[in-house]
Amino acid sequence: MKTNKEMFDELDEFIDSLNCNPSELIAILHRAQSIFGYLPFSLQAHIANKLKISPAKVYGVVSFYSFFTMVPKGKNVINVCLGTACFVRGSDKILEKLEELLHIKNGETTPDGKFTLTSLRCVGACGLAPVMQINGKTYGNLTVDDVEGILAKY
Amino acid sequence: MLVNIKINNKCYTEDSALTILQVARKHGIHIPTLCYMFHEETNLEHKPASCRVCIVEVKGRRNLVPACATNIVEGMEVLTNTYKVVEARKSVVELLLSNHPNDCLQCSKNGRCELQKLAAELGIRKIRYDGVLSQKNVHEEKYFVVKNPSKCVLCGRCVAVCDKVQGINAISQSLRGFKTKISEPFKCISCGQCIQVCPTAALTQSKSIDEVEKALSDPNKFVVVNTAPATRVALGDEFNFPAGSDVTKKMVQSFRELGFDKVLDTNFGADLTIMEETHEFLERLKSKENLPLITSCCPGWIKYIEQFHPELLNLPSTSKSPHEMFGAICKSYYAEKIGIDPKKIYVVSLMPCLAKKREASREELQNDGLQNIDAVLTVKEYAEMLKMHGINLATLEESDFDSLLGESSGAADIFANTGGVIEAVARTATKWLTGKVEDVNFEAVRGLSGVREATVKIGDNQIRLCVASGIKNASIIMDKIKKGEAHYDAIEIMACPGGCVNGGGQPIRSDMAQIDVIKARQQGIYNIDKNKEKRVSCDNEEIQKLYNEYLGNPGSEKAHYLLHTHFKDCSKD
Repeated sequence: MKTNKEMFDELDEFIDSLNCNPSELIAILHRAQSIFGYLPFSLQAHIANKLKISPAKVYGVVSFYSFFTMVPKGKNVINVCLGTACFVRGSDKILEKLEELLHIKNGETTPDGKFTLTSLRCVGACGLAPVMQINGKTYGNLTVDDVEGILAKY
Repeated sequence: MLVNIKINNKCYTEDSALTILQVARKHGIHIPTLCYMFHEETNLEHKPASCRVCIVEVKGRRNLVPACATNIVEGMEVLTNTYKVVEARKSVVELLLSNHPNDCLQCSKNGRCELQKLAAELGIRKIRYDGVLSQKNVHEEKYFVVKNPSKCVLCGRCVAVCDKVQGINAISQSLRGFKTKISEPFKCISCGQCIQVCPTAALTQSKSIDEVEKALSDPNKFVVVNTAPATRVALGDEFNFPAGSDVTKKMVQSFRELGFDKVLDTNFGADLTIMEETHEFLERLKSKENLPLITSCCPGWIKYIEQFHPELLNLPSTSKSPHEMFGAICKSYYAEKIGIDPKKIYVVSLMPCLAKKREASREELQNDGLQNIDAVLTVKEYAEMLKMHGINLATLEESDFDSLLGESSGAADIFANTGGVIEAVARTATKWLTGKVEDVNFEAVRGLSGVREATVKIGDNQIRLCVASGIKNASIIMDKIKKGEAHYDAIEIMACPGGCVNGGGQPIRSDMAQIDVIKARQQGIYNIDKNKEKRVSCDNEEIQKLYNEYLGNPGSEKAHYLLHTHFKDCSKD
């Protein structure tokens, strides 16, 4: 586990390697999120300060892209595909089941920090529809009844 | 490169760098717009093409194009008002309205809303689309700016002004799609320029009318008003006076009609500010310390330096701003003079400015446990109050300010214009150093451009001055100071482009370009100054009396107690 200072040093080094260029903002945010796990406001302000731009500008970008998150993600991130193919094959029902089992809504994290439930649009595995991913591992040809058993593995 | 085009079957030869909208406007062809903004003061053209109201037909093109963002090309044939275009525009506006509260009757922008005007102009009688509101119809107030996200049309003008004109970039568009909204402000300085450009009631100002009305109807309160220099050439805008008209005397009378106990002048405070600030400047010049002196009348600028350049806080003059000085004197010397308990005195300021509201709430701006200023009304707000009471400025008789704290020199009037405060300092400094002022007009510091430099001779000294308006220009100068590249003795900074005449609380005229309004107001102010019997602050007899009877000399202990303040590092806010 890295200390806070080590994480900031790593980020600052990366920003410096890009000459504090504000047009690299998205790359910097990606790196920051991979280091810290999420992008709280204080971190956005730090980045803004380094790049000599307004925190409002950074916030505008962070809030625009669904990839960026301002709240810490759970240990296991569940992504349910709501792309057209998965959707017509009932991925909305899969999502509902997950919400029911985890007692959270789409986009939220369980209070114990174990699961984050999110949705996305098409993972490019339409042949396996409906599909969900947990921590990058793909589960295909899902039925609502499969969900509980899969969750139990985590 | 010149190209030939046709608009509505008429031929024009114009530069290909121009857009359809620019050519149309140049030739008086009306194309309605909503998100588009041309900020002439800073030559900023904002054309996100996001509202689609300015769509026009171009022959040979399948889709309608936004006139604001489409450049003209050789042979282009544009039709601006065909049935197809008008129907499409109506749809666009109906879609905007389907996501709008449509509570025009209770809306603070009623009668001044660009969306409302557009709906009227396009003859919209029915909204064919049903929709849910993407944002809540609520009023959220922060830094005296009131935000109602449900009324926002996402034109982005506020963001553009804050970022490109003011250089603060306190706000941005956040989230995406249906959820998109203007973000919470970070390090806002309350200049109010965003409110001035908002086409709807998404951004409005906080109001103090009720507090003032309550004070006026309280028999135990002695209600005094003081009116800022820039208000007297702007209030008339709300009552069909030509832009820049001097309505001082009618304005004074209007306060009497509303029942104010005394009508006094912020100008008196401005002359007093000049006494203290000039004294401070000459002292610093002598000791060569804390130079350049920077004026501190503008609360937007003060908030800016506190938040962004706290390491330079030794440079602004510690003199309070004119209305704060006025308030301090009103509740001490003046209270004594007229024999009224200072606790009963309620001081209202009429200001061209939103940041003055925030300034008035600063805790260090009080003496003996009494806040120097109790309420601030902007010009827009005051006009609203007058209309509410059925008072028409145009039909009022004329009246003069009450005596004591009512007299002022022309040097006080010019505080309204960019360059005015420094010119006023130069006048008094010249008088003090040489005993006379041969030419009170320091033309070199006047103008409208964002940054101006001048060297003026004051006594035996060549004084290097710099004047900046629009807070973005302040940041340029602060960076120069930090790098040691700024060779000035004194700097004047005003947060709004053009100075207080273009303040965030001033009326907006719909009948002419803002740049022309600013010029007319500036000229109005210089005319008032020109016609004043006294043009130098230290010649103000009421000021002389105040020092003789009460304060002693400029910079005295008592003057420091009442008339000076301090600033704080707000970079972490």
